[in-house]
Amino acid sequence: MLNVIKMKVNGKEVELAVDPRESLLDTLRDRLGLTSVKRGCEVGECGACTVLVDGEAIDSCIYLTMWAQGRSVLTVEGLKGPNGELSPIQQAFIDEAAVQCGFCTPGLIMSAVEIVGTGKRYNREELRKLISGHLCRCTGYENILNAMERIVEETYRAVGKE
Amino acid sequence: MYDIDKYVQAADVDDAVRALTADPKAVIISGGSDVLIKIREGKLAGCSLVSIHGIRELDGVKMEEDGTVVIGPCTVFSHITNNEIVRKHIPILGDAVDQAGGPQLRNIGTIGGNVCNGVTSADSASSLLTLNAVLKLCGPSGSRLVPLEEFYAGPGRTVREHDEVLTEIRITKDNYEGFGGHYIKYGKRQAMEIATLGCAVQVKLGEEKNTVEDLRLAYGVAAPTPIRCRRTEETVKGMPLTPKLADMLAEGALKEVMPRSSWRASREFRLQLVEELARRALAQAVCNAGGEIHA
Amino acid sequence: MAVGDKMKRVDAYEKVTCGAKYTSDLAPQGTLIAKVVRSTIANGLVKSFDLAEALKVPGVVKIVTCFDVPDICFPTSGHPWSVEEAHQDVADRKLLNRRVRIYGDDIAAVVAEDEVAAAKAARLIRVEYEEYEPVITVEQAMAEGAPAIHEEKPDNVLAHSSFKVGSGEFSKAAEEPGLCVLDTYYDTQTVQHCHIEVPVSFAYMEHDKIVVVSSTQIPHIVRRVTGQALGVPWGKVRVIKPYIGGGFGNKQEVLFEPLNAFLTTQVGGRPVKLELTREETLACTRVRHAIRFHIQAAVRKDGRLVARKFTAWSNQGGYASHGHAIVANAANMFKQLYQDEKVLESEAYTVYTNIASGGAMRGYGIPQSDFATECMIDDLAAMIGMDPLEFRLKNCMQEGYEDPHTHVVFLSYGLKQCMEKGRDAIRWEEKRRAYENQTGPVRRGVGMAIFCYKTGVYPISLETASCRMILNQDGSIQVQMGATEIGQGADTVFTQMAAQSTGITEDRIYIQTVQDTDVTPFDTGAYASRQTYVSGKALKKTGTLLKERILSYASYLLNMSAQVLDIENNLVVEAESRKPLLSMEELATEAFYSLDQAVHITAEVSNQCKENTFSSGACFAEIEVDIPLGKIRVLNIINVHDSGTLINPKLAEAQVHGGMSMGLGYALSEQLLYDKSGRPLNDNLLDYKLPTAMDTPDLHVDFVEIADPTGPFGNKALGEPPAIPVAPAIRNALLHATGVAVNSLPLEPQKLVEHFKKAGLI
Repeated sequence: MLNVIKMKVNGKEVELAVDPRESLLDTLRDRLGLTSVKRGCEVGECGACTVLVDGEAIDSCIYLTMWAQGRSVLTVEGLKGPNGELSPIQQAFIDEAAVQCGFCTPGLIMSAVEIVGTGKRYNREELRKLISGHLCRCTGYENILNAMERIVEETYRAVGKE
Repeated sequence: MYDIDKYVQAADVDDAVRALTADPKAVIISGGSDVLIKIREGKLAGCSLVSIHGIRELDGVKMEEDGTVVIGPCTVFSHITNNEIVRKHIPILGDAVDQAGGPQLRNIGTIGGNVCNGVTSADSASSLLTLNAVLKLCGPSGSRLVPLEEFYAGPGRTVREHDEVLTEIRITKDNYEGFGGHYIKYGKRQAMEIATLGCAVQVKLGEEKNTVEDLRLAYGVAAPTPIRCRRTEETVKGMPLTPKLADMLAEGALKEVMPRSSWRASREFRLQLVEELARRALAQAVCNAGGEIHA
Repeated sequence: MAVGDKMKRVDAYEKVTCGAKYTSDLAPQGTLIAKVVRSTIANGLVKSFDLAEALKVPGVVKIVTCFDVPDICFPTSGHPWSVEEAHQDVADRKLLNRRVRIYGDDIAAVVAEDEVAAAKAARLIRVEYEEYEPVITVEQAMAEGAPAIHEEKPDNVLAHSSFKVGSGEFSKAAEEPGLCVLDTYYDTQTVQHCHIEVPVSFAYMEHDKIVVVSSTQIPHIVRRVTGQALGVPWGKVRVIKPYIGGGFGNKQEVLFEPLNAFLTTQVGGRPVKLELTREETLACTRVRHAIRFHIQAAVRKDGRLVARKFTAWSNQGGYASHGHAIVANAANMFKQLYQDEKVLESEAYTVYTNIASGGAMRGYGIPQSDFATECMIDDLAAMIGMDPLEFRLKNCMQEGYEDPHTHVVFLSYGLKQCMEKGRDAIRWEEKRRAYENQTGPVRRGVGMAIFCYKTGVYPISLETASCRMILNQDGSIQVQMGATEIGQGADTVFTQMAAQSTGITEDRIYIQTVQDTDVTPFDTGAYASRQTYVSGKALKKTGTLLKERILSYASYLLNMSAQVLDIENNLVVEAESRKPLLSMEELATEAFYSLDQAVHITAEVSNQCKENTFSSGACFAEIEVDIPLGKIRVLNIINVHDSGTLINPKLAEAQVHGGMSMGLGYALSEQLLYDKSGRPLNDNLLDYKLPTAMDTPDLHVDFVEIADPTGPFGNKALGEPPAIPVAPAIRNALLHATGVAVNSLPLEPQKLVEHFKKAGLI
């Protein structure tokens, strides 16, 4: 009972036979080997499995792969530049010591991609709300917010949307 | 991987109705944030799903010629919050659904799902109640309109028939024009919460902005289903914007609600919130309507 | 220099890309899935199973039950093994238990082709039980006629201990005229670690050897316990620890690795993965013990603490795990942080119940006793009308304090300086005055708490660590530690230490983050706050030895005495003039390939540590209380730590952030709840209230850096301490804001509203 679906994953067209019972989390990890997508709670409460679908951050554990038909999915594996250079968001996470155990990190980075992608400027309180769908037990969110503030500010200066 | 026995993706509403008619045990799935969790818990394990995810005609917010705002049930929370029509005319609803779960959930959770699961804690429910929202349900023999207040049949139960699909959430102009509203979600945390209590107030002020012309008060988690406090609303209509108004509202509400004790919160604590949130939501709603409660 | 730099984490690049592989990421294709079948009663006995329906589920490979496992009881706590039987951990469980002691106890296991089949089969297994009365609280467990949860402990008391400091008795000392006497209870709640990576392992066989890949803090202990549990020689078990997504003490426990190892042996050695759900993690792994404290304290009007009496009852849950060690540690801090003029009597009980087993969790009993102690201090200060800071300064432990039992001495004493820094940062005097006489529904307050904490576990338990360094052909080195990186930044500070002790720069040091018990030198693992201290000592000795060997080879190459040589920035230099003589690269290539004298330069040292030291610190918090809604908002909070020399100030600060966040959850929102039958009510991350970013204020951190003479680089404990003082500081701020003393955690809205109503504030 496999169904063939087509979607774009990290910029590449993928045609895949999937079981309709699969969550996008299952498909990305188990069929496509995209292990940056982490399993933390399986019910959309921790944010570790966050990926972007058509540019919007979702918990891939509670999203059926069948729904990704024709859509574009982005994970951390798709962020590095053609020569392996880190995205500014990844670099900011390193520089600000926003990474500890690293398990919530890929999901947070994907939310950051969505947030930074708006080109808007957000203050620290707004950023708190924008990352409130991620649980982190190591950092108290402090350095994550520092990294986010930095990258949002840099992007705003470069792009400049209100 | 979910324990799903059968999966059908409906192409449109008619297709969904046909699939539901064909399978009396099938469950509708829209955003998935509720149904998938029940499958995983085992409550719906092994079920058949009819997916209405991604059906275009069910997505988005539009305004009809007479000013009626029509919300497609498959519209996700974040799209409602960011929608221009919602922001301009019914900001209370945009604010309310912006408090459901966290950002990722708000990108998948749909307002139709939030209404149809029938739970008293639904973040959209109390605001929609104060907007006198009307639901359009489509079934094999056509469609019907049901006011939201008559939609709830008990905790987690609604009057939607098995083979009916919610296709529109309708809010007419007279129910939003001139109103100022405010919704307060009370949870233990500031995010990723199920409401301990939700309170929505919509108020329309007299021309001088110093009396109540119309007022609606609704709660979530104050009873087995979301409720309006109709009797209290009647008693405060025409009142001047004085602290007495807040007292009347809060005290009236206490007589209409029926919260229960659970391990999440006691009845007593919820009653405390019923009273306090009524005052606070009123103050902000009045402010949003251009007035001020004078001491 | 290397130590003291704000070096970026050595594993950060891998963690922000997809490079860092965690246990689940490594399971081979086709790995079978195991699912533990859990009891649906909290106390009783499994009489029989009906597996018929479950076995029919397509994809089910094997079902084993508690009737099929070896008849061996084993301990699970991540303590070093003791060769003295009297000091060994309590062995009170089997791979699967017939005697059910918690709701969700492990009674059978299904191995299947996929998780849906495994879960379905687990649901279809019918179990017949003999049920006993569930016992949830310590009071119930100690009541007359309570059912014995473990036969060998008929009164449910796992252990009881007591000590006295000073002479006489509290009751006599308290009779002194004019004393103020406090007699009250403080209660802490059951909480869980909530590392974001759930416990997960997979196991397979290589011929007759069992390999377990696991998310653990303690690979070498997992090997030992797995051997013990299965009754196989320990060398036949190989444990591999990849990157791990947090542990906080829960993975200082051998949770499911032995069962996982057993399951692979039951399916012909095929790989089997056992990944817990979040619900299982919350309900069926380990928790922080709820401890009830009865405290009596007598103080003179001038603020001198005269005598105290302390009784603690620790809710152990169903299995011994770390057992009495935790409440014993709690009692020790009560003794250490303040000294009484006359006498301190202490008594502690660890009591079996039918809730989740208490184990190690960041702070190991100290967050509990610090809550009790620091609430007590503010309550005493309030009784005599003294400023709580002044009261602390008058009575707290002093420089050179020596524990009368363990003889650990507080040498690098920064406690008072921490208080001073915190006081200035929060503007203590000003705010204490400003918030003195408030009315109205929203009020503010400032509060504080202090703590002290031992660094390693010596002399209570063995402290040993080892390190291996290997010179590569290009003059870089590999460092292999038995100590584990679990997110705290161990690999980074070890890299800095290696640079410091060898003269080779950090960019040329490659630390192995994966521990493999067949390869990695022995260390007991990541727990206490021991690794930078204990493992750091082993590393320093290894680095020194490696350097000696390198210089000895340089001496041969240069024909100079090794005594006049040194290594700096990857160069062999003349010690006196710092003149470069030879690059490490040249030296290493020569050493590897010299036709005259080829040698592979390595060093390995195992170091038993027979020292320990105190770290300390303080938390100051300013809060706003919304009385009608029972909500506390933290406006400002700072932790100041006395942790000796900081190896990496940036990571130290980050470590403190995480601890403070855990402390905030402990203070305000976290609590595992059970119904009367012992069933957990909120075993998921929606109902278990871990703070989100919106619940967390900006976290301020400061340090008092005084080099500790016993630390390898002047350093001492930092890992656990940040979680300790936050809850009492907030509780004391609440007391200041409202005058209402809330003596139990968490300070959650409903409880606060009830207190405020009682106090007439609502």
